Order: sequence, then C-alpha cells, then structure tokens
Amino acid sequence: MSTKSAKAELENIFNTHFEDFEKSLNGLSEKSTHEIRKSALDSLNHIGFPGNKHEEYKYTPLTRQLQKNFRFERFASTGKLKLEDLKDVPFYNENAHIVVLENGVVNTELSKVNGAQGLGIMPLKEAFKQNNEALANNFGRHLFAEKDAFAALNTAFAENGAYIHIERNTSVEKPIVLLYITTGSGELTYHPRNLIVAEENCEVNVIESFTSLNKGNAFINQSSEIVVEKNARFNYFKLQNESESTYHIDNTQVVQHRDSLFNAYTFTFDGALIRNNLNIALEEEHCEAHMYGLYLTHGKTHVDNHTVVDHKEPNSFSNEIYKGIVNDHSKGVFNGKIFVRQPAQKTNAFQSNKNILLSDNATVNTKPQLEIWADDVKCSHGCTTGQLDEESLFYLRSRGISLQKARNILLHAFASDVLEHVSISFLKEHVEYLIHKELD
Amino acid sequence: MSKDNQILEEFTSSEYKYGFETKIDTDTAPKGLNEDIIRFISAKKNEPEWMLEWRLKAYRHWLTMEEPTWPNVTYPKVDYNDIIYYAAPKQKKQPKSLDEVDPELLDTFKRLGISLEEQKRLTGVAVDAVMDSVSVATTFKDKLADLGIVFCSFSEAVQEHPELVKKYLGSVVPYTDNFFAALNSAVFSDGSFCYIPKGVRCPMELSTYFRINTANTGQFERTLIVAEDASYVSYLEGCTAPMRDENQLHAAVVEIYAAEDAEVKYSTVQNWYPGDQEGKGGIYNFVTKRGICAGDNSKISWTQVETGSAVTWKYPSCILKGDNSIGEFYSVAVTNNYQQADTGTKMIHIGKNTKSRIVSKGVSAGRSQNSYRGQVKVLKRAENARNFSQCDSLLMGNLCGAHTFPYIDIENSSAQVEHEATTSKIGEDQIFYCNQRGIDTEDAVALIVNGYCKEVLNQLPMEFAVEAQKLLALTLEGSVG
Repeated sequence: MSTKSAKAELENIFNTHFEDFEKSLNGLSEKSTHEIRKSALDSLNHIGFPGNKHEEYKYTPLTRQLQKNFRFERFASTGKLKLEDLKDVPFYNENAHIVVLENGVVNTELSKVNGAQGLGIMPLKEAFKQNNEALANNFGRHLFAEKDAFAALNTAFAENGAYIHIERNTSVEKPIVLLYITTGSGELTYHPRNLIVAEENCEVNVIESFTSLNKGNAFINQSSEIVVEKNARFNYFKLQNESESTYHIDNTQVVQHRDSLFNAYTFTFDGALIRNNLNIALEEEHCEAHMYGLYLTHGKTHVDNHTVVDHKEPNSFSNEIYKGIVNDHSKGVFNGKIFVRQPAQKTNAFQSNKNILLSDNATVNTKPQLEIWADDVKCSHGCTTGQLDEESLFYLRSRGISLQKARNILLHAFASDVLEHVSISFLKEHVEYLIHKELD
Repeated sequence: MSKDNQILEEFTSSEYKYGFETKIDTDTAPKGLNEDIIRFISAKKNEPEWMLEWRLKAYRHWLTMEEPTWPNVTYPKVDYNDIIYYAAPKQKKQPKSLDEVDPELLDTFKRLGISLEEQKRLTGVAVDAVMDSVSVATTFKDKLADLGIVFCSFSEAVQEHPELVKKYLGSVVPYTDNFFAALNSAVFSDGSFCYIPKGVRCPMELSTYFRINTANTGQFERTLIVAEDASYVSYLEGCTAPMRDENQLHAAVVEIYAAEDAEVKYSTVQNWYPGDQEGKGGIYNFVTKRGICAGDNSKISWTQVETGSAVTWKYPSCILKGDNSIGEFYSVAVTNNYQQADTGTKMIHIGKNTKSRIVSKGVSAGRSQNSYRGQVKVLKRAENARNFSQCDSLLMGNLCGAHTFPYIDIENSSAQVEHEATTSKIGEDQIFYCNQRGIDTEDAVALIVNGYCKEVLNQLPMEFAVEAQKLLALTLEGSVG
C-alpha cells in the first residue's frame, strides 16, 4: 500500500474515533478545553501524518510502521493490573511518590502518593472535571498541535494521564515517579497526557518509567506539558525500557521562565520504535537548561531523539549531551536543534552527540543543527560517530586485560558521562544495572 | 599600510565594480521555454541528433518536477517562461585567434581583470571565457593539444569529441538529479569541456570565466571535466554580472570524473552581482556540482569563495567510489545586506579507506542569512571511512543569521566521523587589540576575517587567493558599526 493512502486511512480511523470519544465525554465536551481538542483534530487533518519524505520523520518512517502493525480498533482498556504484578516493576517499592498509570490511566488504588504540603497530584480526568484553573490556563497552550501530527493526535484524545501541581516555595523532597505500565493482550493504543506546573521557587524531581506487561503490539503516543516558573528547579528523568513490540512516541514541551533551571535525562533501552521529541522554550532571561541522553540499543530497536532548544531572550544557557551505543540491526537517530532568536543576545548554547557503532548492520543518522539570528552568542555543536579508540584498547590490553573486558570498560566509561549527572541513587543504580545487562 | 589603505579606498569608492554592461549585439532566442526553444538552441549549435534527444528527455522530465523548497532561502518564484534561454554575442564567424575577437568583448574581459591577452602572456593560465551563454574565447588551446589535453567550449566538444561527451555527459549528474539540473540539461547553451588523458599532468591552471551580460537572460552553462588514470588538473572558475534591478537565474551543472590515481582540483571564486543594499536585483545562483572518484586512489578537491549572488544554493559534492579515494571541500561563504546562501557539500563514502575533509567558513553581515548544509554518508561496505568536518560561522551585526544543518548517516561500524561547528562574533578584545596597535576597526575586521578564512584561502591558486582576499574585504565593507 502506498504511503499516501496509508496516511489517509490512518486519518480516517482517528476521525471516526473522535466522534465516539466526544460522545463518551458526557457533557464535558462543552468546555473550552474541548475546543482545544477539536482544533487539534483539525490540525491533524490539516498537516496529516508524516510521510517518508517529511524532514522531521525522514529516518523514522512511523506512518508506514503504524499502518503495518495496527488497526486501531479501540483504545486500550484498564483494570487488569494487580498489586502482585508490580513487585518486579522497577521503583515501585522505592521511597517516592508513586503514581501508577495502567495503559495511560492513573490507578489511584495502586498509586502511593504520600501527602506532602504544596504538592497536588491527580488524574488529568479529575482535573478536567473540577474546572481546575491552572489546567485551563496551561492545557494545550504550550504544545503546539499544528507542529507535530502525533502531538495533535494526543491533544485531540487527551483525557487520561497525570496532572501535577507544585505550589510556590515548595521543595518536594521525595521524587515523584510516574510508572507507566502497559497491560493486556492483542494490539493496544493509548494516548497518555500529562501537565506539570512547577510554580515560583519550587524544587522537584520527576521520574517517568515505562514497563511492558502486555503481549502483542502496543502504540503509546504520549505528550507532556511542563511549565517551570520563575526561579524553579526541575529535574526530569525518563526511562524507556519496553517490550520489543512497543511503538512509543513522546512529545514533551517544556516552558521555562526567568532564572529557572531544567535538567532532562532520557535513557532509552528496549522497544520496537521509540521517538522522543523534547522541546524546551527558554521564554525569559537567565534560564538554564541541560539535556542528557543515553541510548543503548540492540536487536531491531529504532531510537530517534529530536530535541529543540529555543532561546528567545538574552543571557540564557543551554547544554546538551546525547550518547549512543548502537548494536545489532538497531538504529540510532539524533536531531538536535538550537534556535537563538534575534533578541537572545549573550546566549551560550552547546550541543554534542557521540555514537559508537558495534555492528556493521547498525545505523546512525545524526543531524546537529544550529539556527542563529543573534550575533553576540557562543554556540557550538559537535558530533562523532565511530568505534572504540584503538589506543585506549591497546593500553588496557597491554596491562593484561582481555579484549572483551577492555571493551566493556571503555563502553561503560563512555556511558557514564551521562549517568554521572543523575543525583537520585535508586535511579542511578537501576540504569547502571541496565547498562551492565545490555553490554555484558 | 599604505598599500592596504589604497586597497580599502579602492573598495570604498566602488560597491560592485563589475556592475557595467557591455554594449555588444547579441543573438537572442525569444523569451520562454518549450520544446521549440530547445530545438532552436540545439539547431543554433548545430548539434547531432542524440544531443537534442537528450535535451528533450531532460525537458520532459523537468516538466514532471517541482521546484525544491527545502533550502533555507526565500525568494519570489521564478517565472521560467520569462527568461531568455539563449543569448550569444553576435559574431560574424568563428574567430581563429584573439585578434579576431570583437575588441569590445576583449575590453569587457579586460575591465574584469582577466585580459585574455595579458593572461596569456604573463600568467600562463589557459582561459575559456563564457559570456552570457556562449564561450567566446579559449586561450592556449594549441599548447594543451600537444599534450593531448582537450580544453574547449562545450559546443565545440560536442562537434569534435562526440564520443567523449556521449560517454561522460550526465554520468555524474544525470538529468533526473534535481529540478535545476534537469532544467540545465534541457537548455544548457555552452560551457567548458576538459579532458586530461592518461598519465598527463596539466602544466597550467585551466580557467573559465563566466559573465552574464544581456538583460533577462538566464545562464545555463555546463562544465565537464574528465581526468583519466593518473592525470592531474587544477581548474578555476570565476563569475561576474552587471548590476540590474531584476533577478537573473544562473543554473549551472559541473561534472567531474576522476579515474584511477587521478586528481582534480576545482576552485571557484563566485562574485555574481549580489543585489543592492536594499536587496533589489542580483543573481539566483542555483548550481549542481558533483564529482565522482571512480577509480582507486583518486582525489577531488573543491574550493569555493562565495561572495556574490542574491541567493546561492549549491552543494559541490564528492562520490568516493574508488578505494582509498579522497574528497575535500573548502568553502568561504560571505553574505552581506540581503544576500542568502544555503551551501555546503555531500561526501558519499562507498569505497574502502575513503577519506573526506570539510572546512566551511561562513561570514554573515547586514541582514543576510548564511546556511551550511552538508551530508556525510558512509555506506555499509565503506570500511575504514574517515571524515572530519568543521563548519564555523562568524556573525557581524545583530540582524543576520547563521545556520548549520549537517546530516551524518553512518552504516559501517569502522567509520570515524567527526563534525564540529561554532558560531560566534568577532571578539571585541580582538578588535581592541588591533585598534591599540593603530589599525582602524574596518581594517581590523578585514584582518580578522582573512585570518579566519585562511585555512580555505590557502587552498586557492595564487592568482585567485589575492583576488579572493580583496573580495572578502570589499563584501564586508561597511558592515561594522
């Protein structure tokens, strides 16, 4: 089937779904938030699903893959998850605020949110019902549906997910962990949607972790909006380690205000196809943003990281380090964009992407991109793709270390660059364990 | 210092010194593009049937194509039916030597600083001068012929060496390649052809000089360079055009074929009319340049200094097919006022142990937009491929833009590919340092920019390097303040 008709067919399916979805909203479809959904669907119909020539999806032919593997007959159901299923799910027993999302829907019974002052966590559906003011002000206002078809799709069907609100001057001691668990059998589709608002002067750590307990193909189309207000400090971790038949698309839009700090960490291991769009808008002066990424892939996993940092005002700083070790038939794609708008003088922006290919069947496509309209800036980007340094290997081997061991030492060292910035010990340990598993 | 001042003065008084128009009678085709025009061009050039067929095939293919919109440039749509596709300086008959060439024409080239006669005597550079669409004079032909080197206009090559043209035309840039290559293939009117036989090292620089003269014309020349086994040639190209308010289209194709152990060095100083300070007029420079290192151990090196044109859109590329072949790309792209440039290269590694090196230096000033777009591709069987890319941008003034779009696609684990890029402005401390030593700001900027571009300028042949340095200073003049 040609891509064109495949695209049209996908769009048709979702338009029909939307009508059913509207009916299920029970009176909530009159609200202004629903207008945003409707216009998102219009955007989707307007821009359509990306074809294989689409610049942003050139190396990730998603539409074809989705068409091939999914019929999208229904959205995933819930209610199958039991407490005993969670005993092997990483982080569930850690000392943290645990939010369990089964197929994108918050399971309040299994979640363990300990009351903390200034911290509000509730299912997104609940927040819609309550006419939450912060929700109305922020939902769909930062993530632009007209820019990405999958963001538009998510917005159109936005109902479930987590809404997290951190009040001003609050320092949330324990990390907030969002555990996404895919359950059930047969093919599954769901569109989790999150909104996180961190008010002035607050400090928070949020971890998202994805686990598959299902059998069959799953398509997770996730979107998040994160607002980091003045002088807030936000650490955001994402761990993607899913089944080999999971197709995962993530759109995360971060908006930073004056003097704020945002650190994003993305760790990707298994999955069929994973696409992350991480967009950070530095709306005001003196913002600081760091993005760290690590992807270790094998088998046929396809990982695509697209990041955008948009410097809009002067004196901001951004730094990005993405590293990948790509093995077997897997594919690593990286596209980093730095925009420095004309008013954003005295911007410092750095970007680096380093890859190691372990197999001749693996592919790396990288595109570090700078677009600069201001003159008083310091920007640089660099990327390397290659293999382990012969001299370093020789050094280790000359000291009696076997080739296998020497390679491992070097690969661990390569990966640890990203990991060493992680401050939460249980997360760090778990990622270390996954790296070991992947490399040994 | 006094000499520098003189240079500066020379440039302050002249904004675009090649902006004159020569009053020469031209033979032009009617405006517009259709199969009849192509037949007309082909008939004018007295071409064999296969050539016309090839043109028509290209034209029919072009009709099915759409103008690309992906480059990071904006310009009003070109009306392809409002262009004269053929304009030749009128001459009674083919000149046998320079003495017979129209003196007005010779004068034009003299004013451009490439007096054919003078060059012949002093520098020993063989020049093929192309005015509007037609090659008007080629120097040193006989001397080159002694070595078996063919260096002539393209139409002459079609007449005299049809077997060579037939074999290599479109072998590197097929007419299906892209929109402008297809257009060029259909309507190209002339250009240069160069053939270096086996084992011959071309003793002098070969040079083509392009000039657009007539209003409303497009220039569509085609250059084909074939270097046989173990041969060497260094080729220069220069371009200018008169100042006009309307935009003119220049869509050229350059093909280079390098056989085993051959080496081709191609240098361009592009100084088409960039439009005035308000961005009115200027040349659209949409060029396809590509070389193939077909044989083992061959080498192709592109050097370009891009200072002119309102809109530039070109990517001189290397296909590294032979084992151990080498591709190089050195570029300085300077944009000022409202100029836009989207330029870079492609390095396609196919053979084993292939190496490529990219050095791109962009300078943007005024309200210009300067983009580097490049691709490094290592295919699966390209063992031990090695690439190093460096692309730096220098911004002058806060209304211009500098953009970098590198694509790196690796399919072999033994490849080593590095890319680095920086964007910055000229440091105030650097200017202050120069001021302190009595160098005024304008000179200091020229000095710093020249230093910044040195790595590329060093690659140019001597005659061009001097010219290019002056050009840089001229293009950036008045951009500090």
